[in-house]
Amino acid sequence: MATEAEGGGIKIDPMGQFVVEPLFGGDHVAWYTPTNVTLWMAITVLAVIVLLVLGTRGRAIVPSRSQSVAELTYGFIHQMIEDVAGKDGLKYFPYIMTLFLFIVFGNTLGLLPTAFTTTSHLAVTGVLALLVFVTVTVIGFVKNGASFLSLFWVSAAPLALRPVLAVIELISYFVRPVSHSVRLMGNMMAGHAVIKVFAGFAGALGLGAVFPVVAIVAIYGLEVMVAFVQAYVFTILTCVYLKDALHPHH
Amino acid sequence: MATEAQGAEAAGNAPGMPQLDFSTFPNQIFWLLVTLVVIYLVLNKVALPRIASVLSERQGTIANDLAAAEELKGKAGEAEEAYKKALADARAEANRIIADAKAEIQKDLDAATEKADAEIAAKSAESEKRIGEIRASAMENVEAVAKDTAIEVVRAVLPAAEDASAVDKAVDQRLKG
Repeated sequence: MATEAEGGGIKIDPMGQFVVEPLFGGDHVAWYTPTNVTLWMAITVLAVIVLLVLGTRGRAIVPSRSQSVAELTYGFIHQMIEDVAGKDGLKYFPYIMTLFLFIVFGNTLGLLPTAFTTTSHLAVTGVLALLVFVTVTVIGFVKNGASFLSLFWVSAAPLALRPVLAVIELISYFVRPVSHSVRLMGNMMAGHAVIKVFAGFAGALGLGAVFPVVAIVAIYGLEVMVAFVQAYVFTILTCVYLKDALHPHH
Repeated sequence: MATEAQGAEAAGNAPGMPQLDFSTFPNQIFWLLVTLVVIYLVLNKVALPRIASVLSERQGTIANDLAAAEELKGKAGEAEEAYKKALADARAEANRIIADAKAEIQKDLDAATEKADAEIAAKSAESEKRIGEIRASAMENVEAVAKDTAIEVVRAVLPAAEDASAVDKAVDQRLKG
């Protein structure tokens, strides 16, 4: 970066970190090519295994630190599902836990310098959101049959308003996966891009770089929080959608 | 659809948003699905059952410990009851012994008092008898002296009328009177 600055003009490429590249050379990215996506998803899986499998191998009554974290994560999601979706939502606990762990580790691992953030990609968050959308819709119809449609028929509203509300509800229902996915992807992408921009400034400013570095530290702290909050938001929205599917009556 | 077109364009030109480079979508989606399945299997087969069992085991241990504590508390209460009872028994026993001792002492005292009373009574009866004897002998002497004196007087005053038996009789009469 410094040499670029000397060369005249600051060249900052905040989006370069999001490029999907094959791991072992080549230009073409086929569906099976091992890419940096593959690498960082594998690291995510490893992190999950380290925390939840290796961390709990002691099976101690008085837990070790890692076992405590694993148990807290378990209890956190378990409690969330029970509170939001109700007892019958607990059947889907492993699926929701999978989503939460993938996102929380994807987000936090992406904060490591030079890391690739899997959850900053629309393809990833879109598939996650669509999985939730399709699953929840199927569960809704399987559990409730046609009465699942009463989700869109707001019986609390005056009769004249109901058709209007039904249209709005229907639209909002189909917008759910979009907001669900873009929220996560946007948060991750924006934060990382901002850090990269400030890092570019730091490279260009020489001694004055202390200001962008301080800003990076501050934004990094914010991003750590965002990483957890967005994982939490994605998971709790999943629970809310699940609740709608299990109990569609307002 | 417009964004798609833009994305495709962006994919062609170097900068743009890699997020909208649709040529990498199949790759990302494939690896995402693989990752999710692996995480799901790890969670469902190993991690979650293990954590659930650890948590329920801990719950059980805590419940057992609480029950044991409750039991020990009950035992402590019982021990306290037993201690109190023993204390009360000991008190009662002590009171009984004191009462017994008192009764015994009273009995001894009564017996001694009775004996002393009897002795005193015997002694006083003896004294009474002796006094009576002394009094009787004194009376006898008085009689004899009176008779002798009377006879002497009669003899001196009226010798002819000396009749001992009559004098005796008269004296007796007088003494009785």
